[in-house]
Amino acid sequence: MKNFSLMRISIWVYLALFFAYLLGPLVIMSVTAFNSPGFPRAAPWECLTFEWFSALFQDERILNGIKNSVLVGIGTVILSVAMGLAGALMLTQIWPKLRATYYTIIIAPILVPGVVIGISTLVFWDRVNRMLGLDADSFLSSGLFLTVIGQSTFIASYCMLVLVARLQRYDNALTEAALDLGASHAQTFRKVLLPFMRPAIASAAVLAFLASFENYNTTTFTFGEYPTLTIELAQKVRYGITPAISALAFIIVLLTVFAALFNEAKIRRQELVAAARKTATVEELETGKLRLPGFLSSNTAAVLLVVVAMATIAVVGTATVYSPAQCIADVKETKRLETELRIQELLQRRADEAARRAAEEGEQSDQAPATDATPKPSNDSGFGNVFNPGTLQDGGTETPEEEPENSGSGGVFDPGNLQSN
Amino acid sequence: MSAGVGVNLENLWIRFGDFVAVRDANVNINGGDFFSFLGPSGCGKTTILRAVSGFLEPSEGNVLIGGNNMKGIGPNKRPTALIFQNLALFPLMKVWENITFSMEIKGASAKERRKRADELLDMIALTGQGDKLPAELSGGQKQRVAIARALCAEPDVLLLDEPLSALDLKLRQHMRSELREIQKRVGITFIYITHDQGEALTMSDNVAVMRAGVIDQIGDGKTIYNDPSTAFAASFVGENNVFRGTVKKVIGNEVMINTNRSGDLMARISSNNVGKMKEGDDAMLFIRPEAFSLAPLGTQGDHFVTAEVHKEEFEGNVFNIFMEGEGGKEMKVSLPNLGQSFESHRGEPMTLEYDVHNAVALPAGVLATE
Ligand SMILES: Nc1ncnc2c1ncn2[C@@H]1O[C@H](COP(=O)(O)OP(=O)(O)OP(=O)(O)O)[C@@H](O)[C@H]1O
Ligand SMILES: [Mg+2]
Repeated sequence: MKNFSLMRISIWVYLALFFAYLLGPLVIMSVTAFNSPGFPRAAPWECLTFEWFSALFQDERILNGIKNSVLVGIGTVILSVAMGLAGALMLTQIWPKLRATYYTIIIAPILVPGVVIGISTLVFWDRVNRMLGLDADSFLSSGLFLTVIGQSTFIASYCMLVLVARLQRYDNALTEAALDLGASHAQTFRKVLLPFMRPAIASAAVLAFLASFENYNTTTFTFGEYPTLTIELAQKVRYGITPAISALAFIIVLLTVFAALFNEAKIRRQELVAAARKTATVEELETGKLRLPGFLSSNTAAVLLVVVAMATIAVVGTATVYSPAQCIADVKETKRLETELRIQELLQRRADEAARRAAEEGEQSDQAPATDATPKPSNDSGFGNVFNPGTLQDGGTETPEEEPENSGSGGVFDPGNLQSN
Repeated sequence: MSAGVGVNLENLWIRFGDFVAVRDANVNINGGDFFSFLGPSGCGKTTILRAVSGFLEPSEGNVLIGGNNMKGIGPNKRPTALIFQNLALFPLMKVWENITFSMEIKGASAKERRKRADELLDMIALTGQGDKLPAELSGGQKQRVAIARALCAEPDVLLLDEPLSALDLKLRQHMRSELREIQKRVGITFIYITHDQGEALTMSDNVAVMRAGVIDQIGDGKTIYNDPSTAFAASFVGENNVFRGTVKKVIGNEVMINTNRSGDLMARISSNNVGKMKEGDDAMLFIRPEAFSLAPLGTQGDHFVTAEVHKEEFEGNVFNIFMEGEGGKEMKVSLPNLGQSFESHRGEPMTLEYDVHNAVALPAGVLATE
């Protein structure tokens, strides 16, 4: 019994660690998107701000990168799904005997490093371009075209794998049945095979888009005058990173969560509807009175989806009216004070030093009252730190750490304090 | 019965590589007939049907539908509709969409299709179930939807590939009569495939008995049952008791066979084999269980058989007696229950009598193994 519970605890601990490892970086990154410092950090927390989101939406290069990524993504989805479907049909329907060979050939691009694909795409199409006697700025050498072509070489293989998995569950008798009922091959494809493949095509399209969106290795050789988001980000990071990138990451995470929840909710709903239809009587079906379950009933994913959506709307709403200016000003002020204090401190220390030197030069007996003062250092603070034993006993390095404590009294005479209060 | 469109197979050969799946088949199917191909699993029934529907090109010979040679005409251009062994309903379409698929192909409007679907649903007694998906139907309902879908295409010839094999006995019997009903109503040619001889006999106008790619006999149910032309047909269709031996004497249409275990027995020569049996030939004699009657013990003669009783079984309408038979197989005798007393004769010899007309003599051949 004890062993058992120990086991359970360790499993839970393991799970917690695992998820912390998986999601921790994302959470931290998301937090940095709302913190005001100019370098992305979650602690210390300064001010809640949405300015990084507006910074993001004002950043021409990022916006342009997103646009290019979407363009490339759409092109890649169309090309890869089409090629993947053709390959999958070839593999399962047309040449089942050549399967093994064909499979290897088609899977190969996945195993080739993306860098190699990028370079070879560039070289190959450059050759083609020249052979056709076209200019350097022809369509064939456009970054958009090359990136789509380059990415599709291996993304099409992913798509094919997804599509083959579904096609293997296809009953060829359905094709024969359609033909037998008078359908042409094209009609059979459109009305029977394609609807059957639809879910897999959707998965393949999503997969292709995501793979295209996050691709860097291949794109870095082919993007030309169309830098995608990943390219832009990589270039940005070279010159220093701002929380605007965290904001972008946060938006992507949120979109992912949305998509996942939506998908889950949809699947659950389909299950519920199927169950309801199964138990329905003929009359209910006939009269259309069949009461289908509501969207939210016994559908956790749907509930979560709605909650997340509402939270998002609420946050966006707050963001439009919320202004962190005050807080930022406060923080700035505090920082300014700190800096000022530090300067003063420095000045004082110099003065101290000078005084000490002067005293040493004068009389040696002055040291006795100084040692008497040691037990009550806090009392001295009111006098300024002229007689602070710390300055004598400890190295100068420790003083900055004590500064915040002293600042309360040290700043009393600062004119800035009056303004901010 | 309406004229309908007939189907002819002429010297049809179908090979898969070296393997011959159909060997020189010649079949004439009359328009409007319910015609069955009957044979054990793997004998080439589906192969023939696929050749008729156009999914397979014959290696040699011709398929004629309504007198037209179908060479080079694809399955979507032939006036046939096939009901598949596994039905092959379109899983993502609702029942009514399934049924009217052939109309959709031709561009009919949804309203027309709906109307036709409702008519056909009425016919197959599935009124109001058009909005279900195939997965939401029972086996027998799916069966009927497949039939309606095929009929909706208004084929001249309906091809059915063991459509009832997946159903339980009760439903199968019900569907048999329903199919026959439908066939009579629509009046088109049905070509039906089965390995169930009961099914073939009850439904068909004519039956072709197949064995390993060869068509052994074509005829109506009665002919096939009473007058089989090969040993295989005799043993495959219905129950039969076989006696092996050699021909001793041919007397007109009758023959005396010297059987291995019951001495000389007389039998009628099957009509397709008259004149083909000669003295000294290996022969087989078939007597059906119900053709026997009791005789005084020990009676000798050329239509009496004496054997030891192994097992007795009361079945209600008949009393089955299993007697010592040939080669370890038991000989079955069914006596009708006419109120007489059935005393047990287990372990004792018993003498049985038969009418020479009910015993069929055939040249020795392969038996159905069942
Ligand atoms: N495409 C094919 N390639 C090679 N051999 C085949 C092919 N189709 C069928 N055969 C062979 O032809 C023979 C007849 O097959 P067929 O499907 O016609 O049998 P069947 O009589 O319909 O049997 P069942 O009652 O089991 O359906 C079988 O031995 C089978 O192995
Ligand atoms: Mg078959």
